[in-house]
Amino acid sequence: MNVSDSTPAMNNLMGSEADSQRTLYPYVTGTSVVGIKYKDGILLAADMGGSYGSTLRYKTVERLKSVGKHSIIGASGEISDFQEIMRNLDDLILYDNMWDDGNSFGPKEVHNYLTRMMYNRRNKFNPLWNSLVLGGVKNGQKYLGTVSMIGVHYEDNHVATGFGNHLARPLLRDEWHENLTFEEGVKLLEKCMRVLLYRDRSAVNKLQIAKITEEGVTISQPYALKTFWGFSAFKNPTAGAEGSW
Amino acid sequence: MTKQQANWSPYDNNGGTVVAIAGADYCVIASDTRMSTGYSILTRDYSKIIQLADKSVMASSGFQADVRALQKVLEARHLIYQHQHNKQMSCPAMAQLLSNTLYFKRFFPYYAFNVLGGLDSEGKGCVFTYDAVGSYERVGYSSQGSGSTLITPFLDNQLKSPSPLLLPAKDAVTPLSESEAIELVKTCFVSATERDIYTGDKLEIVILNASGIRRDYMELRKD
Repeated sequence: MNVSDSTPAMNNLMGSEADSQRTLYPYVTGTSVVGIKYKDGILLAADMGGSYGSTLRYKTVERLKSVGKHSIIGASGEISDFQEIMRNLDDLILYDNMWDDGNSFGPKEVHNYLTRMMYNRRNKFNPLWNSLVLGGVKNGQKYLGTVSMIGVHYEDNHVATGFGNHLARPLLRDEWHENLTFEEGVKLLEKCMRVLLYRDRSAVNKLQIAKITEEGVTISQPYALKTFWGFSAFKNPTAGAEGSW
Repeated sequence: MTKQQANWSPYDNNGGTVVAIAGADYCVIASDTRMSTGYSILTRDYSKIIQLADKSVMASSGFQADVRALQKVLEARHLIYQHQHNKQMSCPAMAQLLSNTLYFKRFFPYYAFNVLGGLDSEGKGCVFTYDAVGSYERVGYSSQGSGSTLITPFLDNQLKSPSPLLLPAKDAVTPLSESEAIELVKTCFVSATERDIYTGDKLEIVILNASGIRRDYMELRKD
């Protein structure tokens, strides 16, 4: 993979002692985040699971947080890195407020800051192991963007991280349109989250939906989706081959 | 107990194709607007083209985070140039700057495949083509990115570029009119979209000439 591994500059980064100083692999991870623009603003959805490898270790992880007055962030990937990012963002907003100049960072600015932060860490071979969704409204302008752990970023009318890219985006490409009402938006997001719940093994049935409009941020109380498991094929799975596993 | 190795790559290929054609008094720079990763499409509406100066337009495909960082570095350097020289950078000057910027990261390259298009100091169209580490050349036309292998042979045939070995050097800019060049570019992309999975969605064309800059869009197949 890396020609740069063998250059003298990279040698101490690739040694075992220096490995304790940088992220090699994630430990506690969150799964997909899905976001859409709707008539009045942005809707984000994420479940509350924190997986430890294949164990669903934590089931009350808040992966959606507000950032300042105009933005919300949703994170998938390493939870501790997300907590670090939140510390940086909270500082950023604090210093912005301390100027007390009537200006406040909008979603575009926050997204740019996040992009630079993720890219810079990738450049130092010590990434923040997250895929982030950043949405917000400022002065009537809706904004929805995403950044990956290596700094790849873009904005669109609907975004998703991880499995959401494979399972939710196709649904959104088919059913999203301008000027969704709040109810339609939530219904669409729930449809996406339900598919993810069925098909993503790291998904848990406890989710939050965050809404941001010009008025402000609301993050819902956790709730569960209705699911259906009563398929006849599930009822007697070994009917066709008794005695086999 | 074997040490667990890093299993992430600092690079990704976000795909896309870029093309530029130089004319007698114009330059056409075009790219598709699809951004992909692996077999997924991330977005169908991402511009790979940026205007760096009055008469310099860059189009880049490859790893999007590196492309964006490269664009920002060049934008910043152009701003400094303007402060120091009280004028816009010429296209050949920007060409050299881009080469130097790329080579600066020779041992951890910007994974960006660039074409720089614009008008030279005489008002003639110019196109510069690059590899990821800054090797560059002024040419009459160029294509980079995932569809370049499909487009370049076609352009070679249609634009009948003179051999660079000829002495005295023959002008590489095409005698085609601006509208003919635009039609040619559209044909290139429609064809590349058929066979390259990373090219498609929408075509963005930027035309630079004496009257200024103009943008044109065309839908491409979305599959």
